[in-house]
Amino acid sequence: MATMLILGAASDIARATALAFANDGWDLILAGRQPEILDKIATDIALRSGRRVKTAHFDALRSEEHAVFWQGAEEEVSALFCAVGLLGDQEKAQADMDQATAILQTNFTGLLPILSLAANTFEKRGRGLIIAISSVAGDRGRASNYFYGSAKAGLTAFLSGLRNRLAKKGVDVITVKPGFVATAMTADMALPIKLTATPKQVATDIVKAARKKHDVIYSRWFWRYIMLIVDHIPEKIFKKLKL
Amino acid sequence: MKLTSWGKYPLIETTLASPANEALALAALEGGGALIGRGLGRSYGDSALNDHLVLSSLRLNFIESFDEESGVLVAGAGVSLAEILDAFVPRGWFLPVTPGTKFVSLGGAVASDVHGKDHHVAATFSRHVEWLDLWTPATGLIRCSDTENSDIFHATAGAHGLTGFILRVALRLQKIPSAFIKQKMVKTGNLDAIMDTFERYAGLPFTVAWIDCLQSGKGLGRSIFMGGSFAEKEELPARYRLRPYQPPSPKALAVPFDFPSFALNSFSVKAFNAFYYGKAPKELKKSIVSYNSFFYPLDSIHNWNRIYGRRGFTQYQFVLPKETSVFGLADILKTIAESGQGSFLAVLKLFGKQPVFDGNISFPMRGYTLALDFPITKKLFPLLDRLDAMVLECGGRHYLTKDARMSGEVLRRGYGPALGDFLAIKKRLDPEGRFVSLQARRLGLV
Repeated sequence: MATMLILGAASDIARATALAFANDGWDLILAGRQPEILDKIATDIALRSGRRVKTAHFDALRSEEHAVFWQGAEEEVSALFCAVGLLGDQEKAQADMDQATAILQTNFTGLLPILSLAANTFEKRGRGLIIAISSVAGDRGRASNYFYGSAKAGLTAFLSGLRNRLAKKGVDVITVKPGFVATAMTADMALPIKLTATPKQVATDIVKAARKKHDVIYSRWFWRYIMLIVDHIPEKIFKKLKL
Repeated sequence: MKLTSWGKYPLIETTLASPANEALALAALEGGGALIGRGLGRSYGDSALNDHLVLSSLRLNFIESFDEESGVLVAGAGVSLAEILDAFVPRGWFLPVTPGTKFVSLGGAVASDVHGKDHHVAATFSRHVEWLDLWTPATGLIRCSDTENSDIFHATAGAHGLTGFILRVALRLQKIPSAFIKQKMVKTGNLDAIMDTFERYAGLPFTVAWIDCLQSGKGLGRSIFMGGSFAEKEELPARYRLRPYQPPSPKALAVPFDFPSFALNSFSVKAFNAFYYGKAPKELKKSIVSYNSFFYPLDSIHNWNRIYGRRGFTQYQFVLPKETSVFGLADILKTIAESGQGSFLAVLKLFGKQPVFDGNISFPMRGYTLALDFPITKKLFPLLDRLDAMVLECGGRHYLTKDARMSGEVLRRGYGPALGDFLAIKKRLDPEGRFVSLQARRLGLV
C-alpha cells in the first residue's frame, strides 16, 4: 500500500488526520521534532488501524537539512501531508522580529524547500499528492493575528501556484483552510462553540478531499461562506472593525 | 467555565483542566487542592463535578499496546469505548462488558464500574480489568489489580473517582465470531411474565427488557424482552458472511436544540410507549442485528439528553435483592404509574451474582435493577424520596452514576457496612480528602 509522509505529525489535527488516513488504507511516516510523542502517536495509530506507521525526525526551521531528509524518504513516499504550523504571539511579534520570523518560517518560508522537493519528485514520477494545512486567517489580514495570517496567505498562494504547475502532471495539490478548531494551539482562546470543529471533523474533511481530489477546502465547510463575506467587507469598514 | 454532566443537572461554575500528557497530569495532581476526575461526562448527576477543579482524562487518549494472544489492551484513561470498538471489532474483538452507551472513557467505566446486558454472566467492568495505574495522594502513582494492591483496586472500582485519578487501564477484550447479534424479542404482558422470561433466557449472554412504567392494574410491568448472543459467521445473512466484522455503520442523528420543557408530558410519553410497545411483535421474534443497534440504540441520536429541555433530567436507577423484587417492583411501578410522572425510557435487567470485596462499593447485586428517566420538575423530588424509602425497605440500593439528589442517609442504608470499609480505605489513600465531587459532599462522604 502507498505511504504518506506527514510533517508536523504531533499536532492535534495531524494526529486525527493521520489516523483517518491509516483507516483509509495508507501506511504512514510521522515526522516532527518531538520523537517521544511521535512514537506514542505511531504506536497508537498502528494499533488502531493495523497499518504500518514509522517515525522520522524533521524540523521545518532547518531548511538546509530538507534535501537529505527527502532523499531518505522519497522512494517510498507517494503523498505528502504538511501540518506544520505555529500560531505564535501576535503582540510579541509586533515588537520582536525573532518572534515574527519564527511565525513566518514555521508557517511559510521554512516549508518551501520540502514542498518543492516533493513537488519535483512527484512531477518526475507523473503522480503524487500534496496536502498542506493553511488557514482561513490567510484569507484576509486582521489586527489580532496578521503575522500568522500573512504567513498562511503566502502558503496559500504558493500552493495555488504549485497546483497550477502540477495539474497537468498528474499531481494533486490540496489546500486545507481550517477555521476554529479545538486543539492545543487554541486551548487558551475562547472559541464560539457552534463554529468550532473537533480535530476529528477536520480529519474527516481532509480525507474526503483527498479521495475526491478537491483543490481548496474549508473545514468545516461553512467557513467558505463566512470568509466569502469577510473578504467582501469594504476596507473602509473593515479597518474599523475589532477583529 | 460552566460545566454539567449528561443529565444537564446540576449546572455549575468550575475550572476544567485537560492535561495533554501524563507528566502534566501528575503535575496537576501533585499541585494540591480539591479536585475530581472526569472522562466524557456521561454520568448523569454530580459525580464528576466539583466547583474547585475538574481534571479531565480526555487527552490521555493513547492506545499503548495490545496482546493478540490474551486480548489485553493497555490504553490511557481518556480512550473511549467507542474508539476501542472502532479499532478492534474489525479484528474480531469486543468489550468484555459494555454499558448502554459507548461514549464513556475507560477511566469513567472503571470509576462507575459499569455493567451491561451481560451482567448475569460477566459481572461488572472491573472484573475484566487486568490492572490499572492510579494516582493517590498517599501512594503517588501506583499500579493495582486483583492481585497487586488489591485493596486499592477494589476500592477504586465503582468509587466515582474518590480514591484518586485513574491514568491507564489494562482491559481484557473478548473474541467474537462476528459483529452481529442474534436477537430474540418477546413481548410480555405483566411483571410476572417478564420475570419468568428473564429466568427462561438466563442462558443467553445478553438480556434486558424495556418496561412501560405508565401501565397499572392488569398490565402493570408489561415489557419487551430482548435477549441476544453474538452470531456465528454461518448464521449471518449472505451479504454479511464475507465480512462478518464489518456491520453497516449506524446513521447518526442529532437533536439540534433543547426541546421546550412542555414537550415531554404524560401524554407524549404514553403515546411513545404505546407506539414502542405496539411496534414489537407479540410472540418471539428472532433477528440478526448489528452490535451497534443492539447495544447502543440511543448512541445513534447524538445529544438525546436535549429532548428533556434546559431544565434537564435525572435518571433513577436502583437494584432490589431477588427475594424482594417481585413485590418491591410491583409497589414501585404502581407508585410511579399513579404519580403520572412518566419515564420516557425504563430499563429492567436481572443482575447475576456480583463478587464481594472489602471496600468495594460497586452498585450491582443479584436481583432486579430498574433505570428510569425523569424530567426535572417541582413534583419530582418528593416522588423520588418516596421511591428511595421503598427501595431501602426492600434491601435495595441506588446507582451513584445516575444520582444527583439522593441523601447521605439513603446511601448509607443502601450500601451498609461496605460503605464504612470503603471510607476507611479512602481515608488512608486520601487523608486530606482532596478527591471530592459535589456528589461526595452532598452524600457526606468527605
